[in-house]
Amino acid sequence: MDAFRVISPGSFTTVQDRGRYSFIDRGVPPSGALDLFAYDIANLLVGNPAGSAVLEITMMGPALEVLGESDMALAGADMALTVNRQPVPMWQTVRLMKGDVIRIRQAKSGCRAYLAVTGGIDVPVVMGSRATCVKAKIGGLEGRTLKKNDMLARIPAELLARPRTLHAEIIPVYPPDIVLTAVAGPQEEAFRSGLETFFGSIYEVTPEADRMGYRLQGPPVHHDEGFPQSIISEPTVPGNVQLPADGQPIILLVEQTTGGYTKIATVISTDLSKIAQAMPGNRVRFHPVTLAEAHRLCREQALLLRQIEAQLSTNL
Amino acid sequence: MTHLYSKPRIRISGDRAMLVEYGDTIDLAVNEKVRAMTTLLKTSLPEGVEAVIPAYRNLSLIYDPLVTSPEKLLSLLLELEARLHEVKIPAARIVEIPVLYGGKFGPDIEVVAEHNGLTAEQVIAIHTGTDYPIYMIGFTPGFCYLGGLDKRIHTPRRKTPRTLLPGGSVGIAEAQTGMYPVDSPGGWQIIGRTPLKLFAPERANPFLYEAGDRIRFVPVTGEEYGRIRTKEGSRWTPSA
Repeated sequence: MDAFRVISPGSFTTVQDRGRYSFIDRGVPPSGALDLFAYDIANLLVGNPAGSAVLEITMMGPALEVLGESDMALAGADMALTVNRQPVPMWQTVRLMKGDVIRIRQAKSGCRAYLAVTGGIDVPVVMGSRATCVKAKIGGLEGRTLKKNDMLARIPAELLARPRTLHAEIIPVYPPDIVLTAVAGPQEEAFRSGLETFFGSIYEVTPEADRMGYRLQGPPVHHDEGFPQSIISEPTVPGNVQLPADGQPIILLVEQTTGGYTKIATVISTDLSKIAQAMPGNRVRFHPVTLAEAHRLCREQALLLRQIEAQLSTNL
Repeated sequence: MTHLYSKPRIRISGDRAMLVEYGDTIDLAVNEKVRAMTTLLKTSLPEGVEAVIPAYRNLSLIYDPLVTSPEKLLSLLLELEARLHEVKIPAARIVEIPVLYGGKFGPDIEVVAEHNGLTAEQVIAIHTGTDYPIYMIGFTPGFCYLGGLDKRIHTPRRKTPRTLLPGGSVGIAEAQTGMYPVDSPGGWQIIGRTPLKLFAPERANPFLYEAGDRIRFVPVTGEEYGRIRTKEGSRWTPSA
């Protein structure tokens, strides 16, 4: 069922869902929404099943012509949203009518926003997911970013009985100074002296920051004497912080599966959202926690999402 | 020399993954333990385990911390460890990869030959004379990390990487050999190209091989290359 025609695509707009996890052992990256928290909320707002496909919008948003009645919600980075030139708040649903024009401007804070529409974006499922992987040219619209005049379909589903709004106090803010919670490892033993530098310094996000990884710049973290800078290549996960020979950290994200550099620490899964919203020039500090504490934070986040779901479905 | 640990070393890779490491070298004895444990884990995926990813000397376990815990997984690994010797690792499948060597598809074959004081024909004979175990797949979809390249054809990487290598390119870099399944930049010495589609997302099984299989390169003529290439439009399965 027709949803949108792309008037202008924005700087890097792709179709994403929770990701493609069945072929990581064959070198297919997981892809998927980088900020899963904002992604989940966008889907919850319009009443979509978890895992529905949305548009991930990076830095500069698209302009879209609405092709049929539907509900839409925009969550994530603070991007001015207008429908027919009228400003519309984010983090709440908007009823769209055929012929409406949506415009999403440059991000004022944060980096990525998620546009969910009733039923979810309808593109073919490729290897178990609708997520776009530009590197492998699969998923989304022909494995690429949106371009002018693309037609986007949605899966038919019921529209909402009433509009939905997220409680204001739950809306995340995206400050330029970011604290990332991380657990040490998998190769922390190579950095007995470097750990202090790593957890005690402030790093700047460089312009080399995308869905593959974020390169940081700051006080170099060196390997202890006797430890090699590279290791036998092994599987990586989003959040792994690797340290090449220059000692500048790189946070690995969702578009790669293996790596051969030593990894000092790993940003915990619930804080990957914060990296997704980090812009070049933002400052990053790493805060160490134990694995048990990381798991407590996971449970807390899951509980928060259940509460949000309950709040939205009762529409109070 | 083999450095097989007496018991696996567990490494924390964030709150959703752990690495189970069996040794610190690239060799078949270490990799066989990885394969045995991968086979055991995949036979009946433990509750809360979302993926098992084998590599050279370790495997990555991706888990859901809301469903299972590291403690549970550790005790399970210990239990399985005691049963490792019972595991029948499936016999390595030999996957034949036809390759058109030299010419415009293998522009660096003379570099490899010259570096090693051989002729191009000798390079081809040596390259096709070994079955290469797939230790791990990663980097790009279907990219194999292969072992076993004959010392006589080891060759350094190109000083300047090429910005675009066509999918199917077969190359050598130091002690490694491999294939680029999809178009990508790369600095390997390219000695040939396979007409096979190594990554075909439209196929029910998009890949021709998995970790643990062995790759056998088979030289083909330009004519055979063209014939397989045409057939690839429909489907082509490697002889097992």
